[in-house]
Amino acid sequence: MKTMNNAVIETRPQFVLERSDFNRLIEILHEKGYQVLGPRLRDGAIVYDELESGGDLPAGWTDEQDGGTYRLKKRNDEAIFGYAVGPHSWKKFLHPPQVRLWKARRKDLKIEVAQEEQPVSKKAFIGVRSCELHAIAIQDRVFLQGPYQDPFYKLRRQNAFIVAVNCGQAGGTCFCVSMRTGPKVTDGFDLSLTEVLEDVRHYFVVESGTELGAEVLAALPHNAANEKEKTSAEEVVKNTAAHMGRAMDITDIKGLLYRNYEHPRWENVAARCLTCGNCTMVCPTCFCMTVEDTTDLEGEHAERWQKWDSCFTTDFSYIHGGSVRSTAKARYRQWMTHKLATWIDQFGISGCVGCGRCITWCPVGIDLTEETAAIRGSEAPGRKEDPHGNGNT
Amino acid sequence: METETLEGILAEHPFAKGLKDDYVQLMMGCASNVRFEAGQFIFHGGEDANQFYLIRDGKVSLEVFAAQRGPLTILTLEGGDVLGWSWLFPPYRWKFDARALERTRALGLDATCLRTKCEADHDLGYELLKRFVLVVEQRLQAARFQLLNVYS
Amino acid sequence: MTHPMVPRLWWITRRRRETHDTFTVELKPSNGSSEFRFAPGQFNMLYIWGAGEVAISISGDPNAPGSLIHTIRSVGAVTRLMQKLKSGDEVGVRGPFGSCWPIEQAVSGDVIFVAGGVGLAPLRPAIYHVLAQRKRYQRVVLLYGTRAPADILYARELERWRARFDAQVRVTVDHAAGGWMGSVGVVTHLIARARFDPARTTAMICGPEVMMRFTAMELEKRGVPAKNMHISMERNMKCALGLCGHCQYGPSFICKDGPVFSYERLKPLLAIREV
Repeated sequence: MKTMNNAVIETRPQFVLERSDFNRLIEILHEKGYQVLGPRLRDGAIVYDELESGGDLPAGWTDEQDGGTYRLKKRNDEAIFGYAVGPHSWKKFLHPPQVRLWKARRKDLKIEVAQEEQPVSKKAFIGVRSCELHAIAIQDRVFLQGPYQDPFYKLRRQNAFIVAVNCGQAGGTCFCVSMRTGPKVTDGFDLSLTEVLEDVRHYFVVESGTELGAEVLAALPHNAANEKEKTSAEEVVKNTAAHMGRAMDITDIKGLLYRNYEHPRWENVAARCLTCGNCTMVCPTCFCMTVEDTTDLEGEHAERWQKWDSCFTTDFSYIHGGSVRSTAKARYRQWMTHKLATWIDQFGISGCVGCGRCITWCPVGIDLTEETAAIRGSEAPGRKEDPHGNGNT
Repeated sequence: METETLEGILAEHPFAKGLKDDYVQLMMGCASNVRFEAGQFIFHGGEDANQFYLIRDGKVSLEVFAAQRGPLTILTLEGGDVLGWSWLFPPYRWKFDARALERTRALGLDATCLRTKCEADHDLGYELLKRFVLVVEQRLQAARFQLLNVYS
Repeated sequence: MTHPMVPRLWWITRRRRETHDTFTVELKPSNGSSEFRFAPGQFNMLYIWGAGEVAISISGDPNAPGSLIHTIRSVGAVTRLMQKLKSGDEVGVRGPFGSCWPIEQAVSGDVIFVAGGVGLAPLRPAIYHVLAQRKRYQRVVLLYGTRAPADILYARELERWRARFDAQVRVTVDHAAGGWMGSVGVVTHLIARARFDPARTTAMICGPEVMMRFTAMELEKRGVPAKNMHISMERNMKCALGLCGHCQYGPSFICKDGPVFSYERLKPLLAIREV
């Protein structure tokens, strides 16, 4: 995982930023020309949206999450990152739900195509979790490391300033420990924070991951962290790691799912799945999109848009004559097998970061950790063939 | 080229592949060389099935005539193919019409002769039946494939 | 930096009706005289004004890059509009994309092409290539099956190929009324009659998925190794860049890992429904 734009700092000294000076961070980023995006309360959830000031942060709020359940709750302290993750991920800024790719006009049957202006606005993300950094790194592989690149994604990525946060609390559907994607932030950030709440003191232990991060930190009031402060910050992450709401055994998970395309559990989950596609919308790595070509009524102007799409729709796999995956069973199997298995063959990495959003935001509480465990627990003994010929590793 | 013996022709036909010499001899006793000119009917549906044919070369169409639609071809057969299995099962009557599309040479095998030999020697009967079942299986698979109408 | 979703404009110089639902267009670039280089088996994304874009295989001669040729079957909303295209109309083209037929791998052995329906179009560039470099191959077999005599694609060209002494060309139809003097029966039925050395044969198969499966099974029965058989897959395609996710087939993206795959690689997946 790498930051896209800045020289990376390898050894990272730790500093302390007091809560009272924290809002200054947002001001400095504004001064540097960034649109600052971060967590704030809206419609009964903590979402990622534009922050005018530190006052917009969800101080004193947390979330309670379980399969199909999300509730905001008051904390008994004033933590600003005291929640897990909400329905949004940074995907909505880096890989927006709708992007116009070009406009064209036609005159006397001659077509002229004009590529869309390239996105150059600088965006700062406040409060990016370790699982989310991993999700961004996964989408980097999808959009930037294949035979074709998405140049708009690349620009958005290059213009992003990332303030990461080590999680101070595990959510009820979190399993980043199983997926080895957290809760400790390791790299891919400009600044990283650990929020420490003591009886009378509220502060952040800060590291800079890039020179740009160090430059921003330098503009903030800060001191070198002492051993006690460093230890306190470490304890925060350790405590989070010890309280994961979910767990998934990922031992040979690719082989497991490759061997079990015909497992009866798919029928079982299909009976519950509404194929609403919520899981794909909230997933920070799901990248699928459709392409729509439109024209105006006069037929003089045309546009091409890319829009998020979901493998849970029947249209997704439509070829003339019908949908390839017409059953809910086939569509759920596609999603989960892609996420946890075929993704590894496609991009050399799992498509799941253990953020738990698909579990929380599933209207019927389908839980992929439970589904994989069910398949693992009842794998037919004779079924050891792997249709992709990868053997049983 | 016309110096080939009946035995040689039979033994080289794919239908007889792997058949013991004794059985080739037995079958030969029921075989005769036949030739059909282009357009000539080999048999008509409803007639007694008293022969079957091992096609040597040429082309035969298996057809049915439907009122208003005319003749519909079900299958064409060529050198190496077997024509007819109705001789195996009572009431020994052809279901479809067979017509030579071009000059066609074949070995005709007399059904009564062969049925008698098969009854007398069940090992021969089994050998022949195995070969016919394979033909039937291939035709059935092909018919299923045609039913799928995959190209529309 | 040009976004890979931006098409180049080409204009139609010729349009020819092939069958009741297929037609062929010949294209030239709207500006400049650049050549279109592609490998047999690859495809383009064709854009028709306002209506959308579809993946269409390239069916021209790879050794004649002066023009770009596509044979299109009108089956969907976009291709039905394309049927109305005429000389002088402009279309958008992105490509070429995807993998190609193993024409080099096949050198010095026998080659068998098995095509079903409009599946002859994606194979035609490979057929052109093999016939143009005939000496580099041993036996060449082309087996083509389609629904009815009226659906036979490239009928005149098939006649020309059939007249060659150095290729076995066989055409069959599933259904025929009287008057058709050719073969009737499924394309797999032709395999047993073709002369080739199975162990040294490269097979290139293109047609509906069921037809390709049956064909591969029949070729396996004759002893052609699965690794020497290649098939061309079709899935929903939106970007052709490996970015939109639509054309996934197990771990493969049809657009960038395919459309041409070795049968050996896909064989186990082909047996599973709705992958």
